[in-house]
Amino acid sequence: MAVDAAAIKTNGHEPSYLEFKGKHSGILGWILSTDHKRIGILYLISLAIFFLVGVTFGFLMRLELISPGRTIMDPQTYNSIFTLHGVIMIFLFVVPGIPAVFGNFVLPILIGAKDVAFPRINLMSWYMYVIGGLLAIIAILLPGGPADTGWTFYVPYSVRTNTNVIVALIAAFVLGFSSILTGLNFVTTVHRLRAPGMTWFKMPLSVWSLYSTAWVQVLATPIIGITLLLVAVERWFGVGIFDPALGGDPVLYQHLFWIYSHPAVYIMILPAMGVVSEIIPVFARRTIFGYKFIAFSSIAIALFGSLVWAHHMFTVGMSDTGQFIFSLLTMLVAIPSAIKVFNWVATLYKGSIDLATPLLFVLAFIFLFTIGGLTGVMQGILSIDMQVHDTSFIVAHFHYVMFGGTGFGFFAAMHYWFPKMFGRMYNRKLAKTYFWFLFIGFNVLYFPMFIMGWLGMPRRYYDYLPEFHSYHFISTIGSWILVAGMLMMVYNIVHSIWKGKVVTEKNVWGGETLEWQIDTPPIHENFVNIPEIEADPYQYKMNEEELEKQEVR
Amino acid sequence: MGMWLFLFTELLLFGGMFLLYSVYRFQYADEFHLAAKELNTIMGAFNTAVLLTSSLTMVLAIIALQRDQKTLSILMQLITIFLALFFLVNKYFEWTAKFHHGIYPGSEQLLSKSSGEILFFGLYYVMTGLHGVHVIVGMFLIAVMTRMTRKDIITKDSYVRLENAGLYWHLVDIIWIFLFPLFYLIT
Repeated sequence: MAVDAAAIKTNGHEPSYLEFKGKHSGILGWILSTDHKRIGILYLISLAIFFLVGVTFGFLMRLELISPGRTIMDPQTYNSIFTLHGVIMIFLFVVPGIPAVFGNFVLPILIGAKDVAFPRINLMSWYMYVIGGLLAIIAILLPGGPADTGWTFYVPYSVRTNTNVIVALIAAFVLGFSSILTGLNFVTTVHRLRAPGMTWFKMPLSVWSLYSTAWVQVLATPIIGITLLLVAVERWFGVGIFDPALGGDPVLYQHLFWIYSHPAVYIMILPAMGVVSEIIPVFARRTIFGYKFIAFSSIAIALFGSLVWAHHMFTVGMSDTGQFIFSLLTMLVAIPSAIKVFNWVATLYKGSIDLATPLLFVLAFIFLFTIGGLTGVMQGILSIDMQVHDTSFIVAHFHYVMFGGTGFGFFAAMHYWFPKMFGRMYNRKLAKTYFWFLFIGFNVLYFPMFIMGWLGMPRRYYDYLPEFHSYHFISTIGSWILVAGMLMMVYNIVHSIWKGKVVTEKNVWGGETLEWQIDTPPIHENFVNIPEIEADPYQYKMNEEELEKQEVR
Repeated sequence: MGMWLFLFTELLLFGGMFLLYSVYRFQYADEFHLAAKELNTIMGAFNTAVLLTSSLTMVLAIIALQRDQKTLSILMQLITIFLALFFLVNKYFEWTAKFHHGIYPGSEQLLSKSSGEILFFGLYYVMTGLHGVHVIVGMFLIAVMTRMTRKDIITKDSYVRLENAGLYWHLVDIIWIFLFPLFYLIT
């Protein structure tokens, strides 16, 4: 085949995956593509749209709470809005987030594979994701009004309310299916498609965390699937399963719900931890400290995380022994998490640090996640949990973990892999500016919630006593700063995809993992020849040589 | 490997309901006992036999293909589908019989019973219903396989898909083997 213009543009081998011409062209070439990189981008686009919708709902909710009494909406709308905010953010953004976008994009590259194990199933799970998302939106528009149950769909209220709970339930079910398929794909890919020489302990750390996440996805999601389905069946046919009027037990629903939803929290955070472990050695120019500890702590988190669900239910009535065991197990999860944090800090120590945007987001991650994690341990303690249960303290805690952790991890990943994905660079100055907007806005928004929750402000409430006014006011101001940063970020990313400075060098950040050894942007099947792996990941020889020189002097 | 993992998730899906069943059985042991008497054990046993046979024919279909006996394989697959259909028809009669006795979710007669019995029948309908859905999916899957065998997409050398369909079918079978004693036999 003659060398065409596109080929010359991309380091002379083959056209990049962005320019690759397959069976279909134009938009069909994207939405029918089984290329894991294109699917990753599809996820990025759809996820970003849902994320912005979720942000808007959160913003409106905050605006309503700026002062006591009615401000911009009535209580029913408020209930629907916090439900939708929860459903969208949990099921459509944080749970699929990093695995679906960046996992899809980099996982096969990181282990030296040409694609995931089941490319077509991969595309199918994107379709399920979109269908689930659309169903969630249809639930808003249908007569009857959007669901107002909170994202947890607790029975018996979810069986009795007249809103469109069924559609929302089915949406969550379909999304769960998509999540299972992605997990299944990743587990098989990691087992089967590693490049020759890539033993388990030569895999990059983000692969480890994606791998353990995938297991949790596969093992935990079916339970929520059946639970939600049972609620739907209860509503449809009046089958008594959880409804106490028919002899059922609503507490069992809570058990089944949290058997999934607590591990889901680790589905949300583990990939972000992987991203952090990936970025820190690159910008500290040091080998990661305690590789095996980080790898095993991923597995440990996945394992312990599956055993702690009932700490969501300390206040619903459980045996004292049960409470004690779940409290203990909950605190155990902090150990592997802390191992990770200490290893990251140890890696940064004495590193030659390059404070680029991805690292800034990572540092913010460590800071916010530590606050979120420590307040989590507080809630694992029974006596404290009795005090703060269902207050805005909890809201602050999980926003520090999920937004401060997963969200900032997502942003870090986006700024880290952006040049590789699009072959362009974003405006780095602007990126640093909005980083500070996001970081400060975030703390101003959520920190007051810790205080008012401690003082007794319940969560989910539409109205509140005047003494909480000042905290709510500060919090709402924080949301404005945060949203301002968010808008700048969206502008920067979208603008840079089309107009950013072109990057063709393979290794923008000086990383050692495989994705930096291939073309920017990658070619259709990633590698011209599958590489043979001999060394460990994260070998910063350059740095070691420099250090030696210094010592010689 | 993907298929095995998927089946694993399916087991967990039913696992959640088995969990519910066991908790409620523990809570309402006597009422469950009473309610289980209502079910027709002979019909259930017959259906178990039908489903087990269909698992056998599915295995025979795979073996036939491995021995390059395409027509025999197709025949066996068709028998499997037929047996599955037979199972569903049987199930249909069983359900309608219950309906005639006024036992269906939300009916007055059921609501007048004790809460343990309501739960038993609730679980009975949901669990056998979900199993029925799996039977339908399995039939569809095997039908696709039959078509592929006919078109030589599945052959002696590439029968992984047929094997996967077979695995799925065995799972459907196994789940029924658990459902049957739980609902029909333990009284």
